[in-house]
Amino acid sequence: MAYYEEGELQRFAEIGKHRPDLYEKFMAWYQACQEEGALSRREKALIGLAVAHALQCPYCIDAFSQSCLEAGSNMEQMTEAIHMASSLRGGAALIHGIQAHNSVNKVSM
Amino acid sequence: MTTALPVLTTEPAVHSSVEFDEKLSAYGLELRAATVDTLQVNVGKLCNQTCKHCHVDAGPTRTEIMTRTVAEQVIKTIKKFRIATVDITGGAPELNPSFRYLVRESRALGAQVMVRHNLTVIFEPEQDDLPAFFRNHFVVVVSSLPYFLEQQTDAQRGRGVFEKSIEALRRLNSAGYGQEDSGLILNLVYNPVGAFLPPPQASIEADFKRELMKRYGISFNGLYTITNMPIKRFLSYLRRSGNEGHYMRKLVESFNPATVDGLMCRNLVSVDWTGRLYDCDFNQMLDLGLAPELPQTIEDFDPVRLARRRIMTGAHCFGCTAGAGSSCGGAVATG
Repeated sequence: MAYYEEGELQRFAEIGKHRPDLYEKFMAWYQACQEEGALSRREKALIGLAVAHALQCPYCIDAFSQSCLEAGSNMEQMTEAIHMASSLRGGAALIHGIQAHNSVNKVSM
Repeated sequence: MTTALPVLTTEPAVHSSVEFDEKLSAYGLELRAATVDTLQVNVGKLCNQTCKHCHVDAGPTRTEIMTRTVAEQVIKTIKKFRIATVDITGGAPELNPSFRYLVRESRALGAQVMVRHNLTVIFEPEQDDLPAFFRNHFVVVVSSLPYFLEQQTDAQRGRGVFEKSIEALRRLNSAGYGQEDSGLILNLVYNPVGAFLPPPQASIEADFKRELMKRYGISFNGLYTITNMPIKRFLSYLRRSGNEGHYMRKLVESFNPATVDGLMCRNLVSVDWTGRLYDCDFNQMLDLGLAPELPQTIEDFDPVRLARRRIMTGAHCFGCTAGAGSSCGGAVATG
């Protein structure tokens, strides 16, 4: 059995095989979130791409990369979004260095 | 109408006209012409470029071009039936020896003339006066520029095309094209550089206007977004890159019934370099002629019989009905 097959995204609806009521609630919520609102589709697609990288979800990265292109973004803009996500992840890791400092300080003379 | 963001549904890929017709039927639609106000004249496959997505399979070595005899028949038809708009395409139509004759005569007959101008042909021998020629005949210029950046443009249209295109646009601007109040219309065409759908037309037009002005001082009137048709050279690319099933599924899943009313086949007839008639330029390239009960050649052109005709369809028609739709005039539906 292989993990993360490309065609699996097309099988998303199979999740609704069990507890379809929950699946339908999710779908309604998901689709509503994708609609253009106070944020444009392009902004939402770039947020989706950034979050997909932070989550490191290959399905989401594939889907939102194409969504970004279809919303008119180019690779420079998409790369900036990816760096935003990555730098936040990096920063979130790095700030924990204060915990290390605190821990070391606590036991040091 | 589907969202531009990931759609979590699935339909099998399709490869036949039956499924397109079934899709129309499911929405209570059928595809018939509404009128014939445009004659789209494809003067042949000769081109100075060899673009990777070209649905004509055009290039510098192609020899299939319209003769003067056929061009004269086209003009007779425009005159006899007072065709309102003549849309000249190719290949690079300017390379056909009868091109300027077609433009001059069509304009003299009072038709609006649109030319699908690839920009770089200006740099071919004896073509550097094209901006002045267009201006003198009040031609509406429609030019492909897939993106406002070099990398994407050259990836689709060939190395060096972007730089030449920018210089050609500057010359068109200098001739008055795309300038406010000049009345000289310069429209650009966006094609996705790959196996994905175009962005919303208004949004990408705003990007093009801002970036082309900021980077190069270039102005233009409007931007048309056109979906790449899964035929000819683009289909070869889809197959080579393993994207055919994915792309066809995307087109089908993005079917938008609101596009059908505005499809270009509903108000134009396409004529090829031999004088044969088609419902559109894409059908022409697939050798899919008009329905057999209709006139088949420019000699037999009959706008009354062609006006309410049944349109011949194929799986490629999903390309014109996906998302906001696609036509030679760009998107056909909003929302």
